[in-house]
Amino acid sequence: MAPPLSPPALRRLLLLVLSLLITSVAAENVEEFTEELLLRPLPDRKALAHFHFRSSAPPSAAPSRHHHHFPKAIAQLVHQFHIKELELSFTQGRWNYEQWGGYDPMSTNYAKPPGVELWATFDLPLGEIDATWKNLTHTLSGLFCASINFLESSTAFSSPRWGFKLNEGNLRYGALPREAVCTENLTPWLKLLPCRDKAGIASLLYRPSVYKGYYHSQKLKLASSKSFGIILDQTLTVVLQPDSVRGKQLHSADGQLQPSWSMKDLFNRKLSGKCLVSKSSRVFFEIEKNIVDKVDKSGTEASWTNEIFVLSSAPDRVLKEINNMDGHSSSICEYDVSNYNEDAPLDVGVTWKLPLIWSCTPAPYHANRFLMGSGNERGSISLSFISTNMHKQLFDVSNDCSIKAVVFQVVPWYVKGFLHIDEYPPDANQGFDIPSALVTFPEFNSSRSYPETDSLFVSPLLRTFKEDGVVKSYTEVLLVPLTTPDFSMPYNVITFTCTVLALYFGSLLNALRRRTGEEERELKKAGNPTMLICLPVYDAHISCVI
Amino acid sequence: MQCYRDMPEFIAQQMTNLGAEVYYHEFLPQSKHFHPLKFFTSTASSMAVKPNGTYANFGINTIGIIRAPRGDGKEAIVLVTPYNSQRVQSNELLSLALGFSVFSLLSRATWLSKDIVWLSADSQFGEYAAVSAWLNQYHNPMFLSHPVILDTKMYGANKIIYGPDGTTEKADHMSFKRAGTMAAALIFKVGETRKYGDRDSVTMYAEASNGQMPNLDLLNVVHYLAVHRQGFRVNIETFSSLLSSSWLKVIAEVFQNLGSVLRKINPDWKLDVTVPDYVEGTANLANSMYNQALGVPTGSHGAFRDYQVDAVSLEYSPAFHLRNENAKSSFLLRGGRLTEGVVRSVNNLLEKFHQSFFLYFLAAPSKFISVGVYMIPFALLLAPLPVVASALADDSKAKGKSVDDCKTRGDADDLQIRGGSWKWLKSARVLLVIQIWAVLVSLLPYYISQIPSAMAIQYAVIWAVLSIIILIALYAMFGSPYCAGVEWKLLKATMITSITIGLGLMSIINFATAQLGALILIPMCLFSLPLKVQLEMKLLPRTVLLASNILLTVLGFPPAAFLIMKGLSKGSWTLDIGEFWSWMEFLWEWSSATYLYLFLVHLPCWLLCIHVLLHPCHPPESKVKQE
Repeated sequence: MAPPLSPPALRRLLLLVLSLLITSVAAENVEEFTEELLLRPLPDRKALAHFHFRSSAPPSAAPSRHHHHFPKAIAQLVHQFHIKELELSFTQGRWNYEQWGGYDPMSTNYAKPPGVELWATFDLPLGEIDATWKNLTHTLSGLFCASINFLESSTAFSSPRWGFKLNEGNLRYGALPREAVCTENLTPWLKLLPCRDKAGIASLLYRPSVYKGYYHSQKLKLASSKSFGIILDQTLTVVLQPDSVRGKQLHSADGQLQPSWSMKDLFNRKLSGKCLVSKSSRVFFEIEKNIVDKVDKSGTEASWTNEIFVLSSAPDRVLKEINNMDGHSSSICEYDVSNYNEDAPLDVGVTWKLPLIWSCTPAPYHANRFLMGSGNERGSISLSFISTNMHKQLFDVSNDCSIKAVVFQVVPWYVKGFLHIDEYPPDANQGFDIPSALVTFPEFNSSRSYPETDSLFVSPLLRTFKEDGVVKSYTEVLLVPLTTPDFSMPYNVITFTCTVLALYFGSLLNALRRRTGEEERELKKAGNPTMLICLPVYDAHISCVI
Repeated sequence: MQCYRDMPEFIAQQMTNLGAEVYYHEFLPQSKHFHPLKFFTSTASSMAVKPNGTYANFGINTIGIIRAPRGDGKEAIVLVTPYNSQRVQSNELLSLALGFSVFSLLSRATWLSKDIVWLSADSQFGEYAAVSAWLNQYHNPMFLSHPVILDTKMYGANKIIYGPDGTTEKADHMSFKRAGTMAAALIFKVGETRKYGDRDSVTMYAEASNGQMPNLDLLNVVHYLAVHRQGFRVNIETFSSLLSSSWLKVIAEVFQNLGSVLRKINPDWKLDVTVPDYVEGTANLANSMYNQALGVPTGSHGAFRDYQVDAVSLEYSPAFHLRNENAKSSFLLRGGRLTEGVVRSVNNLLEKFHQSFFLYFLAAPSKFISVGVYMIPFALLLAPLPVVASALADDSKAKGKSVDDCKTRGDADDLQIRGGSWKWLKSARVLLVIQIWAVLVSLLPYYISQIPSAMAIQYAVIWAVLSIIILIALYAMFGSPYCAGVEWKLLKATMITSITIGLGLMSIINFATAQLGALILIPMCLFSLPLKVQLEMKLLPRTVLLASNILLTVLGFPPAAFLIMKGLSKGSWTLDIGEFWSWMEFLWEWSSATYLYLFLVHLPCWLLCIHVLLHPCHPPESKVKQE
């Protein structure tokens, strides 16, 4: 922003002026942008980083009005297709529900199936929705460099009225499990941010480390209404293996120290200030409930420094989860990025002092989906639910163990023995993908609420933790290997038939058109019989015909 | 290795340390079942073994799964190392070590896109049983309403494995985990015998049940990486007796000379084969055909083929002594690199292997004979049969007409039915009776094997006696073929038609069986001529015909053929009918279609051939002439 050679005083002044300008704009309640990052150590020696960016635009009458930093492409998209809500996620890798948790807001809201998942609700009459959906998929595929347009075919999307989200038939859902996700999808996503990845928290997104991770899911969530305008939530969830020399042993084993890591180890960068247009810019370090338990057992209070671990710098604030059920609750250390600059960059991290083994709270049931049978015979898709012991802990009732679980899965209608040739996908020999099923446990709620310290400003990230916490988990994507015909067969048949026909007609023509008497006469006329006799008659004749 | 019960636990601990998901799969040995018709039905239902009571003796497979870090979990590659948990040999330890080193490398690999499953199969009841039990549980799990009861019953001996406090871990290790559709499987083990030579060698086994083969591309990948990258010597199974046979060498020399002469004529023709190449290729090819024709898998890869998964078994034969630590580590390095290379090749595939390379015979690890080539001789063998049949039928019709002409026209209608175009119905009835007999004979073992505690030879004798009794009974019910007055030419025509159909059908099910069967059956049928007709011939053709008839008929009788085959391969010519029974038992246990072929195509044809040979010749016609 500021010229690099200017003295620090001048730069500070410039910053001040800019931030004053921004606050004056924000005071008019026009457009807001917040950026947040949540870090969390995971039990299997990995680390979770969750980026959350929120841009909001006020309601406007004219669709083509000028925006300060809200992405115009999104605003136009919302107006054009009358979108009420939209969620688009690009995911690579699988969320490990057993190790990384299945009963917290992170896994419930940000664990997504591999590939692309898109759903949208429209503010349109029911008859126009399908056509709008098709246009929307094309627009999005142009916007995000992905083949989302494959979702336009009627076999790829569905309109569930219940099971996924209750609606009046204006919701469309589609998933592309085969879509490969990479940096070409991240770049357009970053372009929607006001500072892109040049400043602020997004500058941590060092591509090699993001794509080296075990799981990354970038998500775009849109909500629009006449009252609050458009809210655009952009999130990126990554699970990384801390790349530190200290934690050289890669595998978790009993008695080994967890790897100590910081933002520098994860992203190869430190945070040197916020995106200047952002209203708030914070970094959270979440300490899981089970860690807090263990720390409490050791006798010290679970603050940012204790006997077991120490955070790299003192947080600005420590938030404790409001929890009525039992004494222990997770806590969050909050850092305000605006307090740091290039001279004193922020590098949040954790250093473990003692080995600690903990586990994340799992979902009440592990849902696994698999194929049964083999070949075309007796094939079936089965879902198995394996209870984790949490159910007993919560209710302690062994007799009445009925639990409500809602399974939502889209199985393409073409999963059958024999297909028409048009129904095969482009690379049919790979098999057919069946998108992940979504299992919802409506009786379990994973939402977490934190005390609001600042009455003026509530963190959008923590607010999402509070709302819509029904426990959900996605199952595996399935690959159905169906018998595929040899698609080169028509080509072979065509070439063989043509050869046979050519031979047949060639010899037939040869036989019909041959006039032996005339040939002999012509030979005599030419007067040079020796040369022509050397030539086979067949060849001579062919040249004649030509 | 003092306590072998600890082996699964030890392996599981190592897998857990690598960060893999681990579970145990416990299975019971399968009892023998007579199911030759399993080939036509599904594999699903027959495997559900209901456990009753506590079994002290069960196998434990230990399975580790590495989830591909960035993969989507749709597909998996399976590695299998069999070992006997009751009596672990040093070579089995080495193969487990190889499996572990590959697994630990793959657990750190970032390039994986398919999950890796390492199955250390407990082979105390045989490799195949362990692998097929696991595969069956993978693909066709049993859903029981009372899983807890089953657990306590079936796994009553759990205390041996699990400590008293490992309750949660036990629950975790008992749940069956899956890893998507299997893309390919690689079974590797270190052989017991040490082969002296300059290089370690690998033997590839690929034949699955009923002559099914894995995709040739998988074999090519293994062969290329083993030979050109890791410097192994790659072999396939071979008939070693053929390698030293002198007559094969003579043929090879003839071919070599012919090839060199042809090369002198035109240097572009590269038809010459050196003698050792020819002999080795023939021995390999013969073994490949034999294994396919037998229809019994040559290893645990056969269990994968039942689920349409390409699989190949590799048996390493180290050239060093197993106590040599340096050679061992170098072997682990190269064997591990070979496995890693195969895993990488399969891992990087987006689609399946190409669909059209499943039908072939192997003549060398890198040479094969494809379906397009080997179909031709079989088709040429089969093609003249319908012509011969129609010629014979036509011939007998003409004769019948000439007989008709000299007769009075009193009962013309009756004669038309008897001697006219409907005459073949009689021979068809004979064929039908014999086919019914064949079906009954093929089903007899199901009932005979219910007799408890008898020796194989007793079973075999009961079988033979019952078969003869049934034949006599059927003749008594429907009339013997000679009484009905069937002409031998029509009988032969029917026989030829029936074998044409039988061989044609069999060639679709198991080509190798049909091919080998055709080599015996077709000459036997074509040469068969009633002995009475033969008497009218001149001496030289008569003796030749008689000798070939007797020879082929003896060869065509399955027990005799079995005895000759055993004598040729092992050199023991002792006659033991019990062995034939145990051989048949072996075939139906593996649900080989060869069993069905032997009793539904081969045996009736042989019986018809005997009928033709012993045909009394024209008694009805001569009667007519006398009148």
